[in-house]
Amino acid sequence: MSSGVVVVGFVPGPRGEAALQHAVEECRRRGARLVVVNSSRGDALVDERFVQGEPLRRLQDELTVSGVPAELRQPVRGRDVAEELADVVRETGAELLVIGLRRRTAVGKLLMGSAAQRILLDVECPILAVKSAPGD
Amino acid sequence: MDALGDLVGGLGDALTPQNLLFALLGVLLGTAVGVLPGIGPAMTVALLLPVTYVLEPTSAFIMFAGIYYGGMYGGSTTSILLNTPGESSSIMTALEGNKMAKAGRGAAALATAALGSFVAGTIATLLLALVAPTVVDLAIGITAADYFAIAVLAFVAVATVLGASPLRGLASLGIGLYLGLVGTDVLTGQERFTLGVPQLSDGIDVVVVAVALFAVGEALYVASRLRRGPVQVMGASGSWFTREDLRRSWKPWLRGTAFGFPFGALPAGGAEIPTFLSYATERKLSKHPEQFGKGAIEGVAGPEAANNAAAAGVLVPLLTLGIPTSATAAIILAAFQGYGIQTGPTLLTTESPLVWTLIASLLIGNFMLLVLNLPLVGLWVKLLRIPRPYLYAGILMFASLGSYAVNADPLDLVLLLVIGLLGFFMRRYGWPVAPAVIGLILGPIAETNLRRALAISGGDLGVLVESWVSRIVLGLVLLALVGPIVLRLVRGPRSTPEELQQEGTLQHRVPAGRGRGDDEEEEEDR
Repeated sequence: MSSGVVVVGFVPGPRGEAALQHAVEECRRRGARLVVVNSSRGDALVDERFVQGEPLRRLQDELTVSGVPAELRQPVRGRDVAEELADVVRETGAELLVIGLRRRTAVGKLLMGSAAQRILLDVECPILAVKSAPGD
Repeated sequence: MDALGDLVGGLGDALTPQNLLFALLGVLLGTAVGVLPGIGPAMTVALLLPVTYVLEPTSAFIMFAGIYYGGMYGGSTTSILLNTPGESSSIMTALEGNKMAKAGRGAAALATAALGSFVAGTIATLLLALVAPTVVDLAIGITAADYFAIAVLAFVAVATVLGASPLRGLASLGIGLYLGLVGTDVLTGQERFTLGVPQLSDGIDVVVVAVALFAVGEALYVASRLRRGPVQVMGASGSWFTREDLRRSWKPWLRGTAFGFPFGALPAGGAEIPTFLSYATERKLSKHPEQFGKGAIEGVAGPEAANNAAAAGVLVPLLTLGIPTSATAAIILAAFQGYGIQTGPTLLTTESPLVWTLIASLLIGNFMLLVLNLPLVGLWVKLLRIPRPYLYAGILMFASLGSYAVNADPLDLVLLLVIGLLGFFMRRYGWPVAPAVIGLILGPIAETNLRRALAISGGDLGVLVESWVSRIVLGLVLLALVGPIVLRLVRGPRSTPEELQQEGTLQHRVPAGRGRGDDEEEEEDR
């Protein structure tokens, strides 16, 4: 089972960490390769969900320590996260996508839309949705 | 003494609740646009020109002055925290400021920038109040020919001294002068370049041209190169401004002020050259030269003081002679014209209360900026998270609304688009926009003076070099035209900020008008 791929959508913060942790566990169990996706539309000057600098180094260390063969992709192509993830899943033929969820109010979701919902609808493989540990 | 009395009177007028509110609005808007790269005080004042139709002059100018000063403060925030100068005058701040932030001294860098801007802004505004009446006394005797010569000096200096290429500057100036010619000739009633379009016989409105060149041109330019990786924000954390920092900062503040004010006051000053000089001086005089390039506080304090002092200096020729030497000053001059206020040496006597209230409001705005700037840093950085499509869509809407509001004529929207496309190509090929705007606004004034001088002399061109003032000023024009070429031949190309820094790589993101995207692409290629 060397061809298996698990894709994880990573954002800094507790839910990203939780998603990454579960993805690493899934990789170990399946003997799969991990592809970490951290994308940005790149249309704002500052995007705090795009990992760079010190946090990027920590993320890479974390991936090395985990012992799972891992690859980090940071596409900036002006597309939103659902499109990027669907693309990576299709390209790698991934067997699982792991995403982190956060609590959203109904009004917030109405106004801003839900990235998670778009991912669930657009991505073709099974999806594992993870919430951050309570209290985080 | 007289000036101080007038200034106190102005303070009294500026301290009304309504005027304070406009000052606050101005400094908040100014800081916001200063923070956002590509959007500067000139574009903002241009977008707000239509409000002059409803506001009384005092309120409008207080707001514009706040935007002007606020822009200088805002630029330093992004320079320090993001290494992305919001304004061209903040480029030098980024050199040391961002290094300080990376070393965990972001708070100290922001503090010395804010305090330095405050000290320099206050001293320079007081200097403005002291110098202005004297300059007016000198200027009151000048003839139409002298005035023409001074305007030509401003044209040439703005076109050749600012910006990378004198040729592009002069070409841009030519575009501005040409657009200023469109319309009916005041003296003979002839129509010039109207192409038979009746609406053009009144000339092209300054609002339309300024908004098109700044806002539409910039928006199209940004849209043409939308996708770009986000940059990293440094935290405004670390040790606070210490006594040691103050000891190292106060001399650079004063020296920066000494550089900035005269350079701003000269026609063609602008804020870039004094910040450059200030940085070089501090580097030379510093007791810690080894820290330069690694986050020396002097390298933030000096240039930040210099750019604020220059901002005040620019108001000297504007208020005393009616000569704008920066794009923002040109648009403020257009606002004076919009109110039908006669600018020039008589401004200080005919509109005395207005001018002194304006100067006093600068002092107040400066104080507001000091109080507001540091606590609100987080908010300013949040502004940078606005996706560009939303931001520029909003700007374009304001631009169209403002242009249409001028005459309620759909033709203005067509002009807006056509001149906006022109602005896009100017930006794309690195033509500075400021000379075009100054040419557009100062051109007709210069023409009027030239024709008046020639009418008095009966068409004899000798009148242009009759007085010593004209001769000296026209001599300077020649110097400004030939000087840079000679200097370049003798000394090679001008040194750049990168060369100044020598070590370390400055992520050189030159804002507005200097081909910002091009630089970034080069960086990615490296």
